[in-house]
Amino acid sequence: MTVAQPPHETTLLGRDLGEESYLTDGTTLMSWLGTTDHKRIAILYAVGITFFFFLGGAAATLIRLELISPAGRMLTNDEYNRTFTLHGIIMVWFFLVPSIPTTMGNFVLPMCIGAREVAFPRINLFSWYLFVVGGLLTFFALLFGGVDTGWTFYTPFSTNYSNSNVLLAAAGIFVTGFSSIATGINFITTIHMLRAKGMTWMRLPLFAWAMYAVSLVMVLATPVLAITLLLVFVERAFGLPIFDPRFGGDPILFQHLFWFYSHPAVYIMVLPAMGVVSEVIACEARRRVFGYEFMVYAMLMIAVVGFMVWGHHMFVSGESQFANLVFSFLSFVIAVPSAIKVFNWTGTLYRGQIRFSAPMLYALGFVGLFTIGGLTGLFLASVPLDIDLTDTYFVVAHFHYIMVGGSVSAFFAGLHFWWPKITGRLYPERFAQFAAITMFFGFNFTFFPQFILGIEGMPRRYHLYPQQFQALNVTSSLGAVVLAFAYLFPLFYLAWSLFRGERAPNNPWDATGLEWQTRSPPPTRNFDFDPDVRAAPYGYHPEHNAPHEVSQTHEPQTP
Amino acid sequence: MKPETRRRVILAPLATWAGLMVLLAVTALYAYLPSAPIKPEVSLAIGIAKALLIALFFMQLRKNASLIRLASMAGLVWASFLFMLTFADLLTR
Amino acid sequence: MTQPPAILNEPWRTPERQQVAMQFGIWLFLATEALFFGGLFLFYAVSRFTDSAGFEIGAREADIWFGTANTAVLMTSSLTMAIGERATKEGLVPLARLMVMATLALGATFLVVKGFEYRSDIEKHLVPGPAFKYAIRGAAQFWAFYWTATVVHAIHLTVGLGIVSRLLFISKEDLPERWTTAIGTALYWHLVDIVWVILYPLLYLVGRP
Repeated sequence: MTVAQPPHETTLLGRDLGEESYLTDGTTLMSWLGTTDHKRIAILYAVGITFFFFLGGAAATLIRLELISPAGRMLTNDEYNRTFTLHGIIMVWFFLVPSIPTTMGNFVLPMCIGAREVAFPRINLFSWYLFVVGGLLTFFALLFGGVDTGWTFYTPFSTNYSNSNVLLAAAGIFVTGFSSIATGINFITTIHMLRAKGMTWMRLPLFAWAMYAVSLVMVLATPVLAITLLLVFVERAFGLPIFDPRFGGDPILFQHLFWFYSHPAVYIMVLPAMGVVSEVIACEARRRVFGYEFMVYAMLMIAVVGFMVWGHHMFVSGESQFANLVFSFLSFVIAVPSAIKVFNWTGTLYRGQIRFSAPMLYALGFVGLFTIGGLTGLFLASVPLDIDLTDTYFVVAHFHYIMVGGSVSAFFAGLHFWWPKITGRLYPERFAQFAAITMFFGFNFTFFPQFILGIEGMPRRYHLYPQQFQALNVTSSLGAVVLAFAYLFPLFYLAWSLFRGERAPNNPWDATGLEWQTRSPPPTRNFDFDPDVRAAPYGYHPEHNAPHEVSQTHEPQTP
Repeated sequence: MKPETRRRVILAPLATWAGLMVLLAVTALYAYLPSAPIKPEVSLAIGIAKALLIALFFMQLRKNASLIRLASMAGLVWASFLFMLTFADLLTR
Repeated sequence: MTQPPAILNEPWRTPERQQVAMQFGIWLFLATEALFFGGLFLFYAVSRFTDSAGFEIGAREADIWFGTANTAVLMTSSLTMAIGERATKEGLVPLARLMVMATLALGATFLVVKGFEYRSDIEKHLVPGPAFKYAIRGAAQFWAFYWTATVVHAIHLTVGLGIVSRLLFISKEDLPERWTTAIGTALYWHLVDIVWVILYPLLYLVGRP
């Protein structure tokens, strides 16, 4: 017999009174805008990057619409230039680079190492304000007048000839770069100095290692972007001859400086994704990660060697043959650690008891799509092939497979995986599985034809193209419709879950990480106890026992 | 103040400063010596020596934990990647 | 030597950990500055390498007296900052505050001297553009570097003046407990000095006599 419960008061998000968490700790606007709680800062960032994701996505929609017709009916040449420039700048600097580190990194990293806060909480808040200011400046530059140089700002076009808001955009990105640097310094110090008792380096979850590696890259690469943008700024604004060949300057020097940052930047965009995928695959396959040490070394090797391959973006720019050789060789070398990681994720799945939950579907999508993107990178690393394929749609497909098929899939994997922890709500699993599968199909439909277009010779950044390329372009645009749906749909069911979703238990996935041993959503101080780590991570099944011999027991990383 | 404190607070920095001033004089004079060899290299080397004095003594890198010393070298090591590979291109064109 | 008591920031529980964390964080930041100026120095190296004759002709116009005087001033300000930092940790508040004020004065002197130097450079037509003094390849590049590097350095120095002056706003009673702040401030100020000490030979000792 059930006893009728009197209706009781709830606060926003249907929280029961008396149930405290970081969400209830202060409900005014100022308690959010002035917070030093890493979890709240993560949410502040999440709002920002979501906005920028859909802004960049709107530009992508415009591009795919335009490319349905070979004659370029909707946009003029100039408008098209401004559209793909907006898409590139927003997606790279205001979505992909911050996405996982500032949201999941900020939220989960301190918790998964057993800390109560990051090392420099006020700098953390300051980094968000830098992101907002830089974002606003760039937003105005791109939407009111636009920039037509492409996200790569090549000189001398950007410095001497472009009639667009290069200065304002450069200033905005410059400011945002410092947000990256601040986050990186914070994370590195946090991991070095605030690990819980017993949390040795080789017991860190791979997500923590990924945050460490990405922070190293952010800290060491971003300053070079800053000086590069500053040099473009002073040349364009004050006429100081830096890259201008008429005064002895070298436009290729710009490319060296730009790509010294921008190649490691792609590792900034992929290392966090790899960290997320390791967490999700281990949990949803109920297996320890195969080759944990090699996974760590692989990420560190990617972070370091990633700084030595930038010239592969310049094979046809006028680099010497010797430099081409060196960069090509090192680009092949850097494929090795990535391949090790793909093998190890596969090895983790072997003899696992796989749950095809939404996070797992997204993570598996990452592994497949990242592999295709990575393999096509090897084609491009080979100089003779690159001469043919450079600046074609093959390159476009290659990096979208990694950035979108890879990193965005992983972002959605992590978003769904940690959603119960962050919000205290469960999202509707069937809808999410549907979105994940739709994304996989939509993505391939959009971008696989672009590999073929590239091989057949269609150049990138063109909206006028020969008739023979239309069929594949239309296919790609149709795929984009499906992909757009797959991105928009989660907005709805995730928002719905905030108000009507089932309450999440502490550990809905039965995961081993420290963040799962505390409440969902967590208290402000993260833990109600002092974490004391006694075991390696991913203890999903006891050693020496195949999964079918034991029940679903596991060893969490706390007593 | 105690002599030990005076040494730590005033005299040690003063000695470093004196070293810096001497190096400044040396580098300026060397630059103007009519037929002195490898001037650019020497002047840069003296500049680096001054920077090391500041880093090791003023900034107390000598006394610091090895973690901090590692952090201090990271920037220079990474900047060297930038220089070496860019010049690998420039010198072989 | 035991650490003096300190005001602790979240999340640090002991002054030792806070000090190590703060130094570590600031050295990481200084590493970013090394890469920032490293990119700028790469421009210098490439320009000097590719058009060395013109580069040297342009560089000879840099005024050795202004440059050397400013180097002496800035190195002395590093001395006063170093003493000020150590005095703060020892609790010698009057000496610390005197040294901080001396650092600010010397830093401001640097900017004033720089102002006079800029005026002299402008009068000598050393700003690249239509009125530039030389038409040789490389000369304008040196001066592009000069203006960019010295202005960027001056901005760092001005920011440094702001950071250093923060120490004066801490009351005399509180100052001894804020010695970690003093260390961080000093580290930044010494970076400004290090950058200048490397810039000096690059700007003022080229192509002499």
